Amino acid sequence: MRTIKLGLLRGGLEIKEFLRQRESVVFTLAFPVILLFIFGSVFKNKIAPGVTFSQYFVAGMVASGLVNTGFQQLAISIPMSRDLGTLKRLRGTPLSPISYFIGKAIVVTAAMLFQVTLLLGFGALSFGLHLPTSAALWLRFIWLIVLGSACSTVLGIAFSSIPKSGRGASATVSPIVIILQFISGVFFVFSDLPKWMQDIAAIFPLKWLTQGMRSVFLPDSFAIKEPGHSWEIGKIASILVIWLIIGTVLSVRSFKWSKE
Amino acid sequence: MTSQRAAISVKGLRKSYAGKDAVAGIDLEVAQGEIFAILGPNGAGKTTTVEILEGYRTRDAGEVLVLGEDPSKPASGDRTWRNRIGIVLQSAADAPDLTVAETVHHFANYYTKAKDPDHVIDLVGLSEKAKAKVATLSGGQRRRLDVALGIIGSPEILFLDEPTTGFDPEARRAFWDLIRALRDEGTTILLTTHYLDEAEALADRVAVINKGLVLEIATPDLLGGRATAPARVTWSEGDQARSELTQSPTDFVKTLASRFDGEIPDLAITRPSLEDIYLGMIGEL
Repeated sequence: MRTIKLGLLRGGLEIKEFLRQRESVVFTLAFPVILLFIFGSVFKNKIAPGVTFSQYFVAGMVASGLVNTGFQQLAISIPMSRDLGTLKRLRGTPLSPISYFIGKAIVVTAAMLFQVTLLLGFGALSFGLHLPTSAALWLRFIWLIVLGSACSTVLGIAFSSIPKSGRGASATVSPIVIILQFISGVFFVFSDLPKWMQDIAAIFPLKWLTQGMRSVFLPDSFAIKEPGHSWEIGKIASILVIWLIIGTVLSVRSFKWSKE
Repeated sequence: MTSQRAAISVKGLRKSYAGKDAVAGIDLEVAQGEIFAILGPNGAGKTTTVEILEGYRTRDAGEVLVLGEDPSKPASGDRTWRNRIGIVLQSAADAPDLTVAETVHHFANYYTKAKDPDHVIDLVGLSEKAKAKVATLSGGQRRRLDVALGIIGSPEILFLDEPTTGFDPEARRAFWDLIRALRDEGTTILLTTHYLDEAEALADRVAVINKGLVLEIATPDLLGGRATAPARVTWSEGDQARSELTQSPTDFVKTLASRFDGEIPDLAITRPSLEDIYLGMIGEL
């Protein structure tokens, strides 16, 4: 109970810190909007009757926002906190690492919600983005955000043990994220990718998050173009839960407070 | 001082890195309520020793008890044990965007018997800076915030690693008063320092360590046989500087006085300072 309570308190504190770091607010919140603006302005074609590239792209942007805000941000910022001694100080207190993880998951989810609100608002106003119309789709959207944030958080924490220093972290993490974005159907239409690339992407959660987001933002008729010829919502949920468990176990086992 | 009452007890502690001994067999015992200083040059093994006591590092050999528990795996559980200790690290730069008050109030949540955060902020002299962002604090103010976070949980033992590095003289005096006040409340304090005057002003006992070994443990006034060390009498005679080491400077000066008509030129009697003793011990003199 105490672990959860302290986790919530840390979440509140981290949100406060996040909102006060102007660069991170601008980068995290505005970057997807800028990308949508660029891609939306360049690719004005329709990929299917009534479906613009922007519509397709937003699904990918929301999904890759989960990876950027959680995985990428944590895998870079935690090694930096380790370098600064922030984590060493926390290690010296009775704070449980689980509380620390909960705090991270909360700030990632909160940042995602801000980011998505901004992205969808901008998309709807400037690029004629069609928002989901049914409560069921909004509900699916919300659980994808929450589960995706949690999954991305624990994987980011797990990965944070790999870079040797904060300075090197960005160079290690960013290429992985960019490659995943290319093979998971964020920048390209997934069904246009070669089969082997689709198969590799299917191992990682980003592909499933983008597929889930497509099910929210694209018409149901589009499902037939997916590799499984349907949205595979149950499969998406299962694979994300499996990654969440793997990430949690790895985080708890490998988490390092300091560079001993 | 009996073993059961010792706040910290270390026997045969060893730790090596890549085959090099950082700590080569250290024994020491710190009584409850004592201010104990570990003095030594850089690389002597001070930080390694203290970080083993704080549970940050593992040891290769030896017995370590802090509040009756092994810091590497406290029987009562890591969280329970950490609830009873406070740590002020050598350097910590974090949470620049939070205010002093936010930081101290937040850390108070971690402990079951935390002090009143506003009182602690006052105690370390940061009341005027309570609403300031941590990023705007000076080095000395940052250090005082570190101390506030170290003592917020009413620790039974407070570890201080070179706490006054970068302080101006006034801030150091204020800090020493704070440490004495904590001792008076019953807190056991283990501090590492390379400032001799700090050890002399604060510590009940001092351990001098070098090359991973304890050279001596004593009260500051007895360290290195300081109390019984010969005094040096210096004076000038016929344009020559003269000096003599003696156990009885008074008698010596009386005899000396009889050779002079009136004042003895440039007469001075000095006892070895803690610094002389210390430098002699670590082989720098």
